[in-house]
Amino acid sequence: MTDVAAAQPSGPLLEVADLSTHFETSRGLVRAVDGVSLTLDRGKTLGIVGESGSGKTVLSRSIMNLLPKRGVVRSGSVRLEGNEILPLSAKEMRRYWGAQMAMIFQDPMTSLNPVMKIGKQITEAVRQHLDVTRQYANELAESLLASVRIPEPHARLKEYPHQLSGGMRQRICIAIALACGPKLLFADEPTTALDVTVQAQVLDLIAHQQAERFMAMVLVTHDLGVVAGRADEIAVMYAGRIVEHAPTGVLFANMKMPYTEALLASIPKLDEHSHTRLATIPGRPPDLVIPPPGCKFAPRCRYVQERCVQEEPPLTAGAAPGHEFRCWFPVGTPEGNEALARNEREGRVPQAAALAGHA
Amino acid sequence: MRTELLRFIARRLVQLVIVLFVVSIFTFLLIRLLPGDPVQTIIPFAKGPQFAKERAQLRRDLGLNKSLLGQYWSYVIGLLQGHLGHQYSSGLPVSTLVDQSLPVSLQLMIYAQVISLVFAIPLGILAAYRAGTKTDSAINTSSFALLALPNFVLALFLSFLIGAKLHWLPTAGYAPGWLDQFFDGSQHMQLGQHLTDMILPSVTLAVGQIAVYMRLLRSDMIATLQENFITLAKAKGITNRRILWRHALRPSSLTMLTVAGLNVGTLIGGAIVVEVIYDLPGMGEKIFQAVESRSYVELQSYVVVIAVLFVVVNFLVDFLYAVLDPRIRRARTPA
Amino acid sequence: MPCSIPGFVVPERRPSPRGGAPGPGTGGFGGPGAPADAIRRDEADPSSLAFEGDAGLLQVDAVAAGPEGGRRRLGQGLNVTAWVAIAWMAFIVLIAVLAKTGLVTWGDPQNSIASCASKGPFAQGGSAPGHLLGCDSIGRDMIARLALGAWESLLVSVGAITVGFVIGGGLGIIAGYFGGFVDTVLSGMFNVLLSVPAIVLALALVAFLQGSPENAANSTLPDWFVLILAIGIVSIPLVGRISRASALSWSQREFVLAARAQGAKSGRIMIRELLPNVAPAMFSIALLGIAIAIVAEGTLAILGVGVRPPTPSWGNIIALDRGLLLTSPHIVFEPSILIFLTALALNYLGDVVRTRFEVRESGI
Repeated sequence: MTDVAAAQPSGPLLEVADLSTHFETSRGLVRAVDGVSLTLDRGKTLGIVGESGSGKTVLSRSIMNLLPKRGVVRSGSVRLEGNEILPLSAKEMRRYWGAQMAMIFQDPMTSLNPVMKIGKQITEAVRQHLDVTRQYANELAESLLASVRIPEPHARLKEYPHQLSGGMRQRICIAIALACGPKLLFADEPTTALDVTVQAQVLDLIAHQQAERFMAMVLVTHDLGVVAGRADEIAVMYAGRIVEHAPTGVLFANMKMPYTEALLASIPKLDEHSHTRLATIPGRPPDLVIPPPGCKFAPRCRYVQERCVQEEPPLTAGAAPGHEFRCWFPVGTPEGNEALARNEREGRVPQAAALAGHA
Repeated sequence: MRTELLRFIARRLVQLVIVLFVVSIFTFLLIRLLPGDPVQTIIPFAKGPQFAKERAQLRRDLGLNKSLLGQYWSYVIGLLQGHLGHQYSSGLPVSTLVDQSLPVSLQLMIYAQVISLVFAIPLGILAAYRAGTKTDSAINTSSFALLALPNFVLALFLSFLIGAKLHWLPTAGYAPGWLDQFFDGSQHMQLGQHLTDMILPSVTLAVGQIAVYMRLLRSDMIATLQENFITLAKAKGITNRRILWRHALRPSSLTMLTVAGLNVGTLIGGAIVVEVIYDLPGMGEKIFQAVESRSYVELQSYVVVIAVLFVVVNFLVDFLYAVLDPRIRRARTPA
Repeated sequence: MPCSIPGFVVPERRPSPRGGAPGPGTGGFGGPGAPADAIRRDEADPSSLAFEGDAGLLQVDAVAAGPEGGRRRLGQGLNVTAWVAIAWMAFIVLIAVLAKTGLVTWGDPQNSIASCASKGPFAQGGSAPGHLLGCDSIGRDMIARLALGAWESLLVSVGAITVGFVIGGGLGIIAGYFGGFVDTVLSGMFNVLLSVPAIVLALALVAFLQGSPENAANSTLPDWFVLILAIGIVSIPLVGRISRASALSWSQREFVLAARAQGAKSGRIMIRELLPNVAPAMFSIALLGIAIAIVAEGTLAILGVGVRPPTPSWGNIIALDRGLLLTSPHIVFEPSILIFLTALALNYLGDVVRTRFEVRESGI
C-alpha cells in the first residue's frame, strides 16, 4: 500500500469549491445544495452526515454529475485531480464514470437491473472502459466477486439479482463500482437498506477494498454511528449547507454545532436503561425554496437566540486544524452555555418543539 | 407453481367453451333477426314460383321445419364439421370462400402488427428519453392526432394521394403471399408483388396502432428511467444508447406487448375496412360483398369464423402471457 | 449538447403510497397524492431528489408539492385549444340542428342539379356557382347534405353512447357494487359480448336487423334507431367494464359502508352515493365514446350498412361515391375531414376533462 501511496501525484484528489445545486420547480428554485466546499485526499474517507432532506444525496450526485441537465442549475467548481469536471457534458463525463469515480447506492435491489445477469452487469462496466476480450472480462468479473467475498463466484455470474440476498447484492454493487479501479468512491447510505448484522460486514468490506486500492471514499449517511469508526473527517450537512466539518476525533470530542450535538444525542446508547425516552430533534428541515433568514437550524435549536434568527452564521474555524462550524453560540463555549442557560431560565423552547407540543 | 398454471388453463378453457357456445347461439339467432320471411330475404332473386325448389332446399338447409332447438343442434353440428353453408348466388360453399380470403386478412394483420411495433418502439424510446422537450411534445401531439384519425379516412387519403396522384404503389389488387397456399393449395406465392400490394394497406392499418403502442412504451419507460439501476448504469459509464436499448427497454415493454397481443380485435375490425378500400380479397371484402348482395347465410358464417378466431387467439395470448408472467396466473377479477 | 440524461428524469409514475390528504402542518412532506396515470404527469421534476423517501426510493415531488402543491394542475381555466374544440363542436351541433329543422337551408339536399354533378370546389371551369363545396355524383349540393349528415351522425353517436352508458354504466355499477355472483354473471355477459370484435358485431346486428337495404321505406325500424341499437349494444360491455371498476373502488370507501350501516337500501346507495362519484370520470369516456361512435357510423356505412339513401349521413356520403375518389375526391374528403376534426375535438375535450377530474380526485 505504501508503494501505491508513494506513486500518486501530490495534491488533493477531489476539490469542491462553493458548489451549489438548485432545482427549478414550479414553486420556485429549490436550493438543495448551497455553497458547499470540501477537499478529499487520496486514500482518505470523508463522512457526510445529515437528515433526510439535508441535501447529502444531491451533493454526492452533483459532484459526480449524475443529475439531469434540465431544470438543474449548478455553480461552483468541482475538480478531480486538478481537472475541472463541473461543466462537462455526459459524453465527456463518461470517461470518468466508472473509471475514475464510482458510486454505490442505497438500495441494492433497485440498483441492479432485474432482468440482466449479474456477470453481464459487471463485464459491461469493464468492457466499456477497458479494451479487453469477453473472456478476460468474465475472468475479471469472477475475481471481483471473489474479492468481495461472494461464495461460488463462477456460478453467480449467470444468476439474476433476485436470486440473491440483500447483503450479497450490495457486495455485487460494490464489485461493479470497483471493477475499473476508480480513484474515488461515493457510498450513498450503503447499508441503510440492509440487516444490521450484514451492515458491519459490508462496511468492513468497503473499507478493506479502499485500503487495498488506496481509494478515496465519501461515505454518506444519516447515522453518525456508521461514520464514527470509519471516516477520517466528517462533514455535517443541514439544509444544503455544511454546518460542521472536522476530523473525526475532533468532532466527537469537541463538537461545536448544536445540530451535531443533537444528532449525537439522538443515537440510542447501550448503557442507558431500556425505556429511556429517545431524544429526538423536534420539527422538520426547512423549506428549501424560501429558506428562513438567519441560521437554518434556528427553529429547532436549543441554544437559539435573537441573532440566530436574523443573521446566518458563517463558517468559522475552530481550535483544532480542519475544524469549521457555523454557529453564533457554539456548544461548549461561554456564549453557548450562557445561551442555553438563558433559554432554560426563560422557559424558551425551540419554536418547532413548541409546535410539536413538546414541553 | 405447476398446479397454479394448470388450474389457470383449465379455468380459461372452460371460459373458452362457454364463450364459443354463446357465440354460436348468437350467430344462429342472427338469421332470425331478419325482418320478414328469412327465405324470401336470403334468396330474394328467387321470388317466382320457378324457384320453389331452391326455396324448399333452403328451408331444409336452414332446418326451418324443425323446432328451434333442433335447428340449433343441426347448426352446431354443421359448424363443427366445417359446414358453413353456401353462397346461394354462386353455389360455392362458404368454406371455400373462407379459405380463399382468410389468409389475406391474416397476413394483413400480421404485417400491420409488425410495422406498428417497428415504428412504435424507437418512437417510444425517443419520446421517453426526451420527455418534456419539444421532441416529446411533437411526438405526443402527432400520436394524438393519429389516434383520432379514423383508419378509413387515412386509407382513402393514402389511396388517393399515392395511388392516384403519385403512383408509387398500387392501391388495389393482390398477389398471394406465403400463407395463402396453406389454406388453398391452388395459390402460388408471388412474394414480390404480394408485398408491394400489401404495403399501403398494412401501413394504413398500422398507423393507428403505432400511436397506442408508442404511448404505452413511453410512459413505462419514463418510469423505468427513474429507477436506481439506470443511474447506476450511467455511473458505470455506459452510453445512453446502450442504457436505453439494453437496460431500459426490456422491463418497460410489458404493457405494450400485452396490449399488442390483446389488440387482435381492433386489428380485425380495422382490417375489414382497409380491405374494402384497398380492394384486397380478404374476409373484409367478402363480408362487404355478402352484405351488398344480401347473402345472409354467407354473412352469418363469416361472423362465426371471425368470432371463433378472435376468441381462440385471445385465449392463446392470455395463455402465453400467463406462462411468461407468473403474476397473471393468480385469480383475476373477471373481465 | 445538453440532453436528457437517463437516470433522474423524475416524473410521478405510480400513485404515491402516501396519496391523500395532507394536514396543514405537514409542510413539504406527504403532498397531494400523485395521479395514477403516468401518461398525464410526465414532466421531469428533479426537485424530488431534495427529499429522500423511505428505503432510498425517491418519493415524488415532495418539495414542489408544498402546501399549495395541489393547485399546480387545476390551473386557470381552459387553454386555447380546448376552446377551439368546444367552438367546433358547437358549430357542428348548430349546423346539424338548423339543417334538420329546416330553419336554414343551404341548398337542396335532395334535388339534383345536373350542371353541378360531380363538380368540386376546385373544379376546372369554376365550381358550380352557389355550391361552395361542390356537389355529389348526382348533383346534390354538398353543404346541404353534409349539414343533414351531421344531424344523422350526431344523433346516432349520441344516442348510441347514451344507450351504452345508461345500460352499460348501470350494469357496471351493479356489478361493481354487489360483487360475487351478480358480478360474475354480469362480467361474463360483458365478456361474451366482447368476444366478437366490435365492428363485426355492430355490422352483424345492423345488417340483420335491416334486412334488405333497398326497402328503406318498408323497414319497421328507422335506420338511425337500428344504428343506435347496434352501436349501443356494442358499447355496453366496454362502458360496463369501466364503470364496474370505478364502482368497485368507490364501493370500498368508508362513506359507502357508512350508508350501509345506516340501513340504506342497495339501490339508494348506488344512485345516491356511487353514481355521483362514478359519473364525472365517465364523462370523459363519454366524449371519447361519441367520437368512436361517429367513426363507427362511417365505417359501417363504408361496409354497406347503416343509414340508407336518400337520407345522408357523413358515412354514407363517403360510401356512395367512393368510386369517384380519383375524379371527384371532394365528395369523399369533405365528410372525411368533418369526421376527423369532430373526432379530434372530442378526443381532446375528453382528455381535458379527464385531467381535470383526476386532479380533483387526488386533491381530496
